[in-house]
Amino acid sequence: MSFLAVTRSTLSKDIRLEWRSKDAINAMLFFSLLVVVIFSFAFDPTAEESRRIAGGLIWVAVLFAAVVALNQTWARELRNQVLDGYRVSPAPAAPLFMAKALGNFLFVIAIEAVMTPLFVAFYKLRALGPAWELLPIALLGTWALVVNGTFFAAVSLRTRSREIMLPLLLFPLSIPALLGMVNATTAVLSGEESARFWVALLIAYDVIFTVACLLFFETILEAE
Amino acid sequence: MKRGITALAVITGLMLSFALYEALVVAPTERTMGDVQRIFYYHVPSAWTAFLLFLINFVCSVIFLIRRNTKADILALVAAEVGVVFCTVVLVTGPIWARPVWGIWWAPGDIRLTTTLVLWLIYVSYLVLRRFSTSGQTAVVAAVVATFGALDVPLVYFSIWFFRTQHPSPVIGDGGSLDPRMWVVLLINWAAFLCLAGLASWTRYLLEVAKREVEEAEALESLYEGSR
Repeated sequence: MSFLAVTRSTLSKDIRLEWRSKDAINAMLFFSLLVVVIFSFAFDPTAEESRRIAGGLIWVAVLFAAVVALNQTWARELRNQVLDGYRVSPAPAAPLFMAKALGNFLFVIAIEAVMTPLFVAFYKLRALGPAWELLPIALLGTWALVVNGTFFAAVSLRTRSREIMLPLLLFPLSIPALLGMVNATTAVLSGEESARFWVALLIAYDVIFTVACLLFFETILEAE
Repeated sequence: MKRGITALAVITGLMLSFALYEALVVAPTERTMGDVQRIFYYHVPSAWTAFLLFLINFVCSVIFLIRRNTKADILALVAAEVGVVFCTVVLVTGPIWARPVWGIWWAPGDIRLTTTLVLWLIYVSYLVLRRFSTSGQTAVVAAVVATFGALDVPLVYFSIWFFRTQHPSPVIGDGGSLDPRMWVVLLINWAAFLCLAGLASWTRYLLEVAKREVEEAEALESLYEGSR
């Protein structure tokens, strides 16, 4: 089977599963709503202040919400030995990883689409820079979180207390990506400087780690 | 083997006391910072030693991924453990120096400070993973994570490079304004710290080898018990 065929069939299976059960998306939605509400109680900024801190708040909320979904990515494949099925099947490992990462990417993007208007309303946000730039920043930043998150969810599968292991592995590695997302978003919101450097950093991060994940995923999948 | 370790331990002890004497008494006092600057002789050699050990960890992890050599795995583990200890020394001595000189404990935008902190976080998470792993293939998984950590370092560096840096930069390297006598003391200290790191790594290596032999013997024994 070709790379695309395996990716497509696994991705459509995951989307169908999620569409019927709505496990991850409901948990993430409610969780991120809680985060927005709690942040809005914890900080009560003016419009000027909120421009400076909103970039950080949004991405931290997304990061926490994404971990909820990422933790379920591979754990659900343990039931009924689905993962063992993948291991013995002749399909290569890389497209399986790609499908899982794309699925998580779609779920997290859906959450962001719901959270962003809430943030705008709660924090009285209005971008002073070019607001359309937020879209590529969101796509690149989400991929940066999700690609390594999917990979490390597979790594933490064979550990004690794996739910906590994923953030422990993911957060330190994601620091440059997080710096990129937060600073790019803040640059656009405050309109004081260009976000170009940070977008370039995000692109570099995405390329390097996508390649690394695809190369090493088979090793992780076989490590039983 | 045992005699080698004893010899190295004696040499390390002598070197460390000599280096301490050099750093506290022989080295000239810095003109503007005064005696506080002497922490530099502990801070910088620890940092170099930690970075060297993290490099060893990366090289051993790659070797392990290619050759599946157990020795490389144990060396990677030992280098990460000892490296984290030296990195902790760097992160503790840094703020002690920074408070009187910069007036602040910590400069969040500074490139070397933050890179070192992120390195420390990455290798601590590597060690936690090794401790928590229930898989029989901990070594493989850990080697992959170590490789990812090494890939992350240049990105961390560039991301923080974009902020302005506060660290005293060209003391070492181009146009170094460091007094030649200070250089000598610094290098003596580094040699002493390398001996200490070597000693710690060597004993830890032997301990890990012994631990694995015991585990293997226990597994064999339970197999034998089970088959009877």
